[in-house]
Amino acid sequence: MDAYLISVLSNIGMISFIALSAYLLLLVGEISFGQQAFFAISAYGSGIVTAMWGWPFWAGVICGSGLGALSAALIALPTLRLRGLYFSIATLAFAEMVRLIFEIFKYQVEIDGEMVGPNGSDGFRDVRAIYEQNIPALDYMFIIYALLALVLLGFIVLERSRLGAIFRMLGEDTMLTEMQGLNATAYKLLAATMAGFVAGIGGALYVHLYTYVEPKIFDVMLGVHSLAYGLIGGLGTAVGPLIGVAIDIGLLESIRIASGYRMILFGGLVAVLLIFRPRGILDEAAVHWFRVRWRRVLNARN
Amino acid sequence: MAADFIQNCLDGLMIGSSYSLLAIGFTLIFGVMRRLNLSYGPSIMLGAFLGTLVYLEFQAGNFVVALATVFGAIAAGIYVERVCFWAIRRGAAAASMVSSFAVWMQLEEIVTVFFPERTYSFPPMIEAEPITFGPFFLAVENVIMFGSAVLLTVLLHFCLYRTRFGLALRAVSENPRAAEFMGINIAAIMFGAFVAASAFGGVAAYLIISTDGQITPMFGLWATFKGLIAMMLGGMGSIPGAILGGLLLGVIESNSLWYLGAEYRDLSAYFVLFVFLVFRPGGIMGQLAVLREQAATRRV
Repeated sequence: MDAYLISVLSNIGMISFIALSAYLLLLVGEISFGQQAFFAISAYGSGIVTAMWGWPFWAGVICGSGLGALSAALIALPTLRLRGLYFSIATLAFAEMVRLIFEIFKYQVEIDGEMVGPNGSDGFRDVRAIYEQNIPALDYMFIIYALLALVLLGFIVLERSRLGAIFRMLGEDTMLTEMQGLNATAYKLLAATMAGFVAGIGGALYVHLYTYVEPKIFDVMLGVHSLAYGLIGGLGTAVGPLIGVAIDIGLLESIRIASGYRMILFGGLVAVLLIFRPRGILDEAAVHWFRVRWRRVLNARN
Repeated sequence: MAADFIQNCLDGLMIGSSYSLLAIGFTLIFGVMRRLNLSYGPSIMLGAFLGTLVYLEFQAGNFVVALATVFGAIAAGIYVERVCFWAIRRGAAAASMVSSFAVWMQLEEIVTVFFPERTYSFPPMIEAEPITFGPFFLAVENVIMFGSAVLLTVLLHFCLYRTRFGLALRAVSENPRAAEFMGINIAAIMFGAFVAASAFGGVAAYLIISTDGQITPMFGLWATFKGLIAMMLGGMGSIPGAILGGLLLGVIESNSLWYLGAEYRDLSAYFVLFVFLVFRPGGIMGQLAVLREQAATRRV
């Protein structure tokens, strides 16, 4: 595989994590503009752990995603009481605060005569763990997709479990869920924490591939994009957000002919799509249709 | 010390009046639609670029430029309304929002295709020395902006409380279904609210950009988020709240810029917004509505 294809595929894989993170919150009926905050916190956290403290790459990923989950839980505690747009704007305010704090955050140590560490708006350079451990780009891509497959498996198990049913019920009607004697806030807190964890995995992978991050990357555009992926791909299954990412990055990278007009085309496509399918390509009805067909095929075979 | 603070507050109020204008447009759309229009800033940016085009091509005067800006903002607003709100069924709020984001990307690209250089100069409204009184001073453009904001608000108040359209608009905003039973054409009212908000946004864009003297495609993002923050600070769906929220945002920004430094300006604005949302989600003016809603939930 050539280097360009590997880099595009790696990018699709990493962005898929944050898309899945926003999707999980969409499932419980909350629109978050702020999942990029946990992506950023994990990128910085895991970078500090590997580049500055010399821990191995895996420890960096675990620390980063754990940090993402922790901060998501802490921030969900005060904000989850808010409903609808209030919650969305609170997540936006939080994420922008995180980005602006990273703009002034300085923490550097000297390693081999060079200053390493986050340096305000100049960003965080020289996170070289995967190059020091001699992991080639192709292998790193497989690492990304292996982790993505694990997360996706988790989502598939989740959606077939009782917890998944509760999440979907929360998304339909919070009050109805509470009438079943379920603690809606606790379940939303759980969903937010899981979403922070998933976004965190993506952030840790991101900083190690590019060896460099700057606060600008984690602006609100990343958050809105990751939200859009779920709605484009479909809210029926966890594969939906991945389709959204693949369409956005893959399709846009491949049609370079229309380079000057691609956003006009793409924006129009998405707008038209949402008119006919307001819950995305693979919405709940489509997923149900596929399940029914699949069962028929199985029955016919028996 | 005190003089610094007062001067900061004056500056803040002047900048804040532009935020207020943006927030009013937002609140009008949100109050009627109950859906978020992310494309609000970009559509008024498109209007401002139409104004720039008229200025660069025909050396048009200020009035024509302002008219072109408002016209362009309304045209873009109608496009957004038809595609993202009218065409998508009611209830699919998230789809409308993402769709408005997609249209945002479109509008931004249209602007960059037609205006390949990123920054364009915009005709200044007026050339004049700043007004001074005692130790304080005010830029004339800012005073005009403040005055226009007050004037437009009065006009809007008149429209909302003295005309049939305003009555219908308030009815839809209060309860769309009940309004429909009263024979109000909801789609038409929503369309009207959108046009009014876009016109408001167009005026705001003209005032802000002619004060700055230049325009970039970043204006769309800036306007959307400043308007949104000001609206949330003031209280969602409340027009007096939008005005107060905008002024408050301006004062916070100018004071944190002075006392803490440039990198803290946006940070403190978001911080205050966050604190407001957590402890007083209704903002300055909307707390009553939030409390009423909570009480209703508790009763159920």
